[in-house]
Amino acid sequence: MAEVIVKVKVNGKAYTRAIEPRMLLSDFLREELELKGTHVGCEHGVCGTCTVLVDGETARSCLVFAAQVDGAEVRTIESLAVNGKMNALQEAFWEKHGLQCGFCTPGMLMSATELLEKNPDPSLEEIREAVSSNLCRCTGYYNIVEAVQTAVAKMKEAQA
Amino acid sequence: MNSPHIPKHIPAEGYIPPSRQREAPQGGYKWIGQNMKRVEDPRLLTGQGGYIDDVKLPNMAHAAVLRSDRAHARIKRIDVSKARALPGVLLVMTGEDAKKVTGPTAQFASPPVVQYCIAVDRVRHVGEAVAAVVAETRYIAEDACDLIDVEYEDLPVMVDPEVSMSATGDAVLHPERGPTNLAHRHTYAFGPVDEDFKQADLVVERRLYWPRSGGQPLETVGAVADYQSGTGKFNIHTNSSFLNYVGWLVGASLGVPAHKLNLIPMTTGGSFGSKLFTHKVITLAATLARACGRPVKYLEDRLDNTMSCDNHGSDRIYRCKLALKRDGTMLSLRFQVIDDYGAYLQYGYGTHGNSLCQIVGPYRINSVSMELVAVMTNKCQQGAYRGFGSEVTNWMLERMADAAADELKMDRIALRRHNLIQPDQFPYVIPSGNVYDSGNYPAVMDEALRLADLPKWKQIQAEARAQGRHVGIGMATCQERSVFSATEFWSLNPQETPGFTLTSSPESTQIRVDPTGNVQVTLGSPFWGNSPETMAVQLVAEQFQIDPANINVVYADTNSGFNSTGPGGSRFTVMIAGAIVGASIKVKDKMRRIAGKMMEVGPEDLEFRNGHIGVKGVPGMQKGFGEVALYAHYFRLDLPDGDDWSSGLDAAYVYDHPLTTMPAKDRSHLGIFYPIMGHMCHLALVEVHAKTGKVEILDYVAVHDAGTVVNPMTLAGHIRGGTAQGIGTTLYEQFHYDENGQLLTASFADYLIPTLHEMPPAIRVGHVETPSPFTEYGIKGGGEGGRMGAPGALSSAVEDALQRLGVRVDELPLTPRRVRELIRQAEAR
Repeated sequence: MAEVIVKVKVNGKAYTRAIEPRMLLSDFLREELELKGTHVGCEHGVCGTCTVLVDGETARSCLVFAAQVDGAEVRTIESLAVNGKMNALQEAFWEKHGLQCGFCTPGMLMSATELLEKNPDPSLEEIREAVSSNLCRCTGYYNIVEAVQTAVAKMKEAQA
Repeated sequence: MNSPHIPKHIPAEGYIPPSRQREAPQGGYKWIGQNMKRVEDPRLLTGQGGYIDDVKLPNMAHAAVLRSDRAHARIKRIDVSKARALPGVLLVMTGEDAKKVTGPTAQFASPPVVQYCIAVDRVRHVGEAVAAVVAETRYIAEDACDLIDVEYEDLPVMVDPEVSMSATGDAVLHPERGPTNLAHRHTYAFGPVDEDFKQADLVVERRLYWPRSGGQPLETVGAVADYQSGTGKFNIHTNSSFLNYVGWLVGASLGVPAHKLNLIPMTTGGSFGSKLFTHKVITLAATLARACGRPVKYLEDRLDNTMSCDNHGSDRIYRCKLALKRDGTMLSLRFQVIDDYGAYLQYGYGTHGNSLCQIVGPYRINSVSMELVAVMTNKCQQGAYRGFGSEVTNWMLERMADAAADELKMDRIALRRHNLIQPDQFPYVIPSGNVYDSGNYPAVMDEALRLADLPKWKQIQAEARAQGRHVGIGMATCQERSVFSATEFWSLNPQETPGFTLTSSPESTQIRVDPTGNVQVTLGSPFWGNSPETMAVQLVAEQFQIDPANINVVYADTNSGFNSTGPGGSRFTVMIAGAIVGASIKVKDKMRRIAGKMMEVGPEDLEFRNGHIGVKGVPGMQKGFGEVALYAHYFRLDLPDGDDWSSGLDAAYVYDHPLTTMPAKDRSHLGIFYPIMGHMCHLALVEVHAKTGKVEILDYVAVHDAGTVVNPMTLAGHIRGGTAQGIGTTLYEQFHYDENGQLLTASFADYLIPTLHEMPPAIRVGHVETPSPFTEYGIKGGGEGGRMGAPGALSSAVEDALQRLGVRVDELPLTPRRVRELIRQAEAR
C-alpha cells in the first residue's frame, strides 16, 4: 500500500512518519509513537476510551485516520503531568477515587481537559454533559463528576 | 458465639468447624478503616498502566481471528491459499491444523464438553473461531482473514432453550456427549419441601425470565505468547486472573508440563468476572507462537470479545412456587430453572452451585427444592459476571417476596421484615447447608429506610400520583455471599461423573523486609480493576505499624507465585488479609527476637509501634524498623546459630479458605461453601414515563454490611459501580440473539451500557458493620453487591409505579419498548 507522510505535533513534539493511509490515529499514537496511554475500548466510536485532543477538540482516535491529523497538534494523556507531577485534574481523580481499573481514565481525563480549557467554571450540568460522552464500567461516574468539580475548585483557588 | 441455627435435615454435631481467626476485630485501627487514596492510581492516571496491549516484545507478530457468521454449521472446506499468499502473512491455522498440536481447552464441566481454541469440523455459535492468521501487523492479519474462504453446511439452529431441550438429530450440538442438548437435569431437595408446602395457606407462583448480559469491561482479553524452543518453555503475558490457581491447565492443552509455562500478569482493564480464566485466548496465542517461531500478540477486538469470550452471564427461566402462611411467614421455596448455557460449558454448573449458597436470601425459609435444567444452545458459552448466578436468585427471591406481599395484601417492606433472620440466630445454617456467619439484617433495613427518608419518598409518590404520574418505591433485601470455596464448581455434577472435585481455594503472599526497612509484598493475584495494592498496603501497615509509603506491592508470575485463586466471588480482601496476617506473624516473630537480642530484652516484651520495635510500656526504649532490618540482613555473627536466625527477613504464607466443609454424599446438603455473608438493603424511587416507557431513577439508597471495612471509599466505589451495572442489567442490557442465532447486540452501539445520563442523581451509600467471627479482622467481601441488589429494588419500584395499571414485572431488561408493551398489555386487559 502506498504510504503517506504525516507531520504532526504530539504533546508538543514534532514527528514525521511515513504510514499507510489507513492507519488509525489510535494505532499511530500507540504503535508508531509508543504512547501507550491512549487506550482502545470499542473501535467504533461509542465508548470514548480512546479520546485525545486534536487542535484542542476531543476526537475519538479509533475513528480518525492518522493521515487526517497531518499538520495538527495532538494531545494525549501523556501531556498532562509535567516533569512527573500530576496536574490538578489528575490529582482530583486520585483524591476522589475517580477510577478503578483505569482503562477508561485517559479518555475521561482528555474529555474533562477539553471542558476545563473551554469553560474554566462549568456548572454541574455542563460537567455531567462532558462526562456522559465517555463510558466507564467501574465507577458509576459519580466520583468522576466530583473529581472534575474538585479540579475546578482547585484551579480557581490557584488563580485567586 | 451463639449456638448455631441448624435445620433438622442436617447433622448438627460438629457441623460448623471452629474459627481460625487470629486477628479478632477490635476497632481502633490506625490504617484499617481509613479512606486511603489508592496506591495503584498514579500510574493509571498518567498513562503508564501496563495493560496487555502495551506489551511489545522484540520480533513480535500479530494475530487476528476469522469468526463464524453461522450459528450452527458443519465446516465442509476451508481454503486458506489466498490468505497464505498475502505478503506479510506468516501463518494461517485452521482448527484441523491447531488440533494436531494443541488439545482441547480447559473446562470444568463433567462429563466434559470438548472445545478447541479454533473450531474443529463444526461451528456452534456465531463468533466461534474458524481460522487464525499471524502476520507482521494486525492490519495484514485482518486483511488475510477476509481472504479465507469457508464452505459451511448449515445445521438446525437452537436459540430457544425450551425447544433445544427436546431437539434431536442434527440439532444436537455435542452428539458425542449424548443424544440431546440437555447438559444436565436433576432435582436437588434440601429439607422437608413437601411437608412444608402442605402447611401453606398460600402458594405464590411466577414464571420469571432473567436475560443474558455481561461484564463488558472496556478492555478486551489478550495474550502475548513467546515460545522458546531452546528450553521448550512458554512465557505468556496475560490479563487472566486465575493464573496462580489453574493457569497450568493451559499447559495441559498445549501438551507441556506446568513448569514449562510461565504466565505473567498484566494490569487488567476491568473484568467483573469475564477475565477469570481467559484460557481460550491464552491457548490460541501460545499455539500460534509455537507454530510460527515468533512471539505473537492476540488481542480480541470488541466484536471478538462480545461474541465469543467469557462475557455472557446467566440466562434463565424460572418457574417458582413460594409457600407461605397467611401472616406472611415464608415456609418453603420450590422452583425449576432452565439455564441457557450456550454452546459450551466451561464452568460446569458452578453458577447454580453459587446460587444455592444463599438461596433463601435473608429469610427464614425452612426448605428448598431446585430442578436444574441445563440446556445447550447455539449461543456464546456462559462465563462469569458479577454475582456468578446468585444475583439472579436474589432477583427471583425479591420478585417472589413482592408477589407474595401483593397477594396477601401486605406491605412489601413489612413482609420482608417479618421473615428476616434475626441477629441472635447466627451462625445460621440454611437448608442447602451453607452457613451465614453473622449479620444484623433489621439494622441494615432500618439504616436504609433512615437514609432514604421513606415518609418523604411516600409524599413525593403521593403528589406525583395525584398528578397522574407513575412514581414507585422498591426495596430489595439481599445477601452478598463472599469468599467462595471450590466445591461450588462441582457439587451439582452428576454422581457418576463427579469431575475434578477440588477443595482448595487459597490465597498467598510473600512479605520481605529489605535491609533498609522497607517492605515488599508479593501478591499471587493480579490487578483486575479492584484495589489489591491498596488493600495489601493498609493491612501490612496495620500489622507492622509502619507508614504505607514504606510498602511496595508487586505481582507474582507463575514462575514465582504460590497458590493463589485470584479475585472473584468477592474473596480477595478477606483472603489476602488472611495471607498477610499469616506471613506478618512469621516476620514479626523473627524481628521481635532480633530486636530483643539488640536491646537485651525478651521478645515477648516487645511491640510494633510507629515504625519502631519497642519495649511495651517503655516509650523511649526502642529500635527503628530499619535498624532491626539492617541487623537481620548483615550481622549474622551477632545472632545465635540455627535456622531460626538465618540472614534476612521474609516469609511466605498460603491462607486456605477460612470455613468450608464437604457436601453430603447424597447431596441432602452441600456443606459450607460460601459462608462469609454480606447483606444489603437497596431502595429505589423511580418514575416511569408511561408514554415513552422510560424509567427514570429519582433517588437511590444502598446500605451494605461487608463486615469490617478496610477502605470505606473503595468499598463505596464498588457499591456504586456494581449498582450501575445492576441498572444496566435491569433497564438496558441484553445479548439478544435472533431466531437464526445472530447476535444483534454485539457492539456498544447496540448493547447499551449506562452512561452518566442513565444513572440516578446520586446513589447514597451506607454501611452497617457486623464483623465476621471467622475471618481476620472480621472482614467480609463486598465486590459484587451493587449488581446483586439493584435488579430487585428497581423491578419492585417499576412494578409499584405501574401498580394502578396492574403491570407485573416478570422479565428483564425493562427497556422502554418492554415497558410500553407491559403498559399496552395491561391497558388491553
